[in-house]
Amino acid sequence: MTDEHIKQAIIGIIADIAPDEDTGSIDPAVRLRDQMDLDSMDFLDIVMELRKRYGVQVPDTDYQHLASLDSCVAYLRDKMAGKQLVS
Amino acid sequence: MTTDQQQGFNLKSEGKRVLRGSSGGRVDQKANPVEKAKGEYDVVVIGGGLAGLTGANVMATQGYRVCLLEQHYNYGGMATWFRRPGGHVFDISLHGFPVGMVKSMRRYWSKEIADSIVQLESIRFDNPQFSFETQFTREDYTNKVVNAFKLDRAHVESFYDYLRKMEYYNNDGTTTGQMLERFFPGRNDVHRAFMEPITYANGSTLHEPAITYGIVFSNFMSKGVFTFSGGTDQLIMRMRKIMAQSGVDMFSGAQVERVLVEKGRVAGVRVNGRDIKARTVLSNANIKATVLKLAGEENFKPEFIEQTKAVRLSGSSCQVYIGIRQGEEIPFITDLLFCSEATHFTSEELCDMHTKSRTFSFYYPKTRPHLKNAGFTIVSSNNANWTDWQGLDETEYEREKNALIERTVTHLEKYIPDVRSKIDHLEASTPRTFNFYTQQVQGASFGTKFEGLDVSMKLSEQIPGLYHAGSVGIIMSGWLGTVNYGVITANKMAEYLHGSRSGVAS
Repeated sequence: MTDEHIKQAIIGIIADIAPDEDTGSIDPAVRLRDQMDLDSMDFLDIVMELRKRYGVQVPDTDYQHLASLDSCVAYLRDKMAGKQLVS
Repeated sequence: MTTDQQQGFNLKSEGKRVLRGSSGGRVDQKANPVEKAKGEYDVVVIGGGLAGLTGANVMATQGYRVCLLEQHYNYGGMATWFRRPGGHVFDISLHGFPVGMVKSMRRYWSKEIADSIVQLESIRFDNPQFSFETQFTREDYTNKVVNAFKLDRAHVESFYDYLRKMEYYNNDGTTTGQMLERFFPGRNDVHRAFMEPITYANGSTLHEPAITYGIVFSNFMSKGVFTFSGGTDQLIMRMRKIMAQSGVDMFSGAQVERVLVEKGRVAGVRVNGRDIKARTVLSNANIKATVLKLAGEENFKPEFIEQTKAVRLSGSSCQVYIGIRQGEEIPFITDLLFCSEATHFTSEELCDMHTKSRTFSFYYPKTRPHLKNAGFTIVSSNNANWTDWQGLDETEYEREKNALIERTVTHLEKYIPDVRSKIDHLEASTPRTFNFYTQQVQGASFGTKFEGLDVSMKLSEQIPGLYHAGSVGIIMSGWLGTVNYGVITANKMAEYLHGSRSGVAS
């Protein structure tokens, strides 16, 4: 999966769990929490969806790596290698 | 005396199975409630409170094979209701919860359920120190306390901001009482306005770590207090429908006797004398009962047993159920009335057996808009101590219950002067009642104090595959707390199941 695909995977999950948020204008360098109304339960949902859709495990000590789209990509690059984007 | 007799119920034979909840638990249970259960599951959930139901549903939607076992004939735990002659439906804990429930219900249950959540129109405080009506939104409540107590608005806002920034891990030992005193020194009236509703919501006192207050108060102090339009029965019915669609096998009247542990790991449960294999077990039973009774002390390290035994339970409750005769009406007073005749506020007075403080939850026909003849019911709640009620003999117990009912109706007459003539059903519950129906240790209706959360979260470190979700640690209690804790625990279970090699379902 390319970096762009990883970004799309995360945005796809956010669009499903927070349907009221505008996911079209997310700045990948800025913390997601600072751009959208996301709380700790939302991040838990991202973790659960990553496991469900891509079989990727994110232990709770690593949740900090999901702070921004850019940090997600850096953290997930190895874990998502070889996976197919789920729409 | 048998334990059941101590609880105030005369069950003739100890070994006999009865359906708790039917005619005071006196109906024999004939059929085997778990006859149709399969021999093995990925997840067995013990208890169908909101945390157990939510955990089960989340696991099932992730593709795991899930079985839920509930000892009562009904599901919901403390999120429950009961019917009485005269067309009365009494909701135990429906009013009210924070706005966060809308999101959690939409996410983990359905949009339909989320769409039925409505805001309470009015909440009233009335006591010798102050009296006002509010919607309990941040804006409205701030206006009311600023006016009633002549406070500086910026100071109140800074208090909210301080609460909102509190984090679970920076508990420095400050109590809620100390924190309130620091922000509003010598203002018992202000402390009452901020603390009383939270005590009614989760049984906490001024002596808890301030962090518990910060988290719960911040959840509430937002967009108001909410309820489920349709009643608790409709909510639980819809949840059951969704669980059936998700593929959860559900069995009520199913008494789990043991969590089975083999080679240090969870192997299943023994229920009504039958063993069911399970790769993981999610206990929605009381955390102390889970460790000390269901799993058994021998399966844990001694330090963990000590830690578990040291966990204090939050208090219990008394309720009085007031049914208004069909055809009669009462005027709209408010939805939730926090009232007291005690001159000053103390946590001890609130829990006293003869407290002068109570919350009235008013259920108007709007609670069940789908019913043609929906009536009026009023449920009074007050905090209570198990120790005050536990030791009474039958005569004393009946006398105290009747006295509680009389005090409550008299208090209610202050707000609806002719209410007594309109009442055709009166009934009281006590910590003993909650103990009997939910099997919560000491009738605890709000779970445990803060330290219970640590035990709950570390269960799987002691016995891999064993998890707990339910009312613990104050911050995980209440409808929103338990629903979200069910999800948090389900995530940990999915992580464990996903990581273990032996053939994941789905």
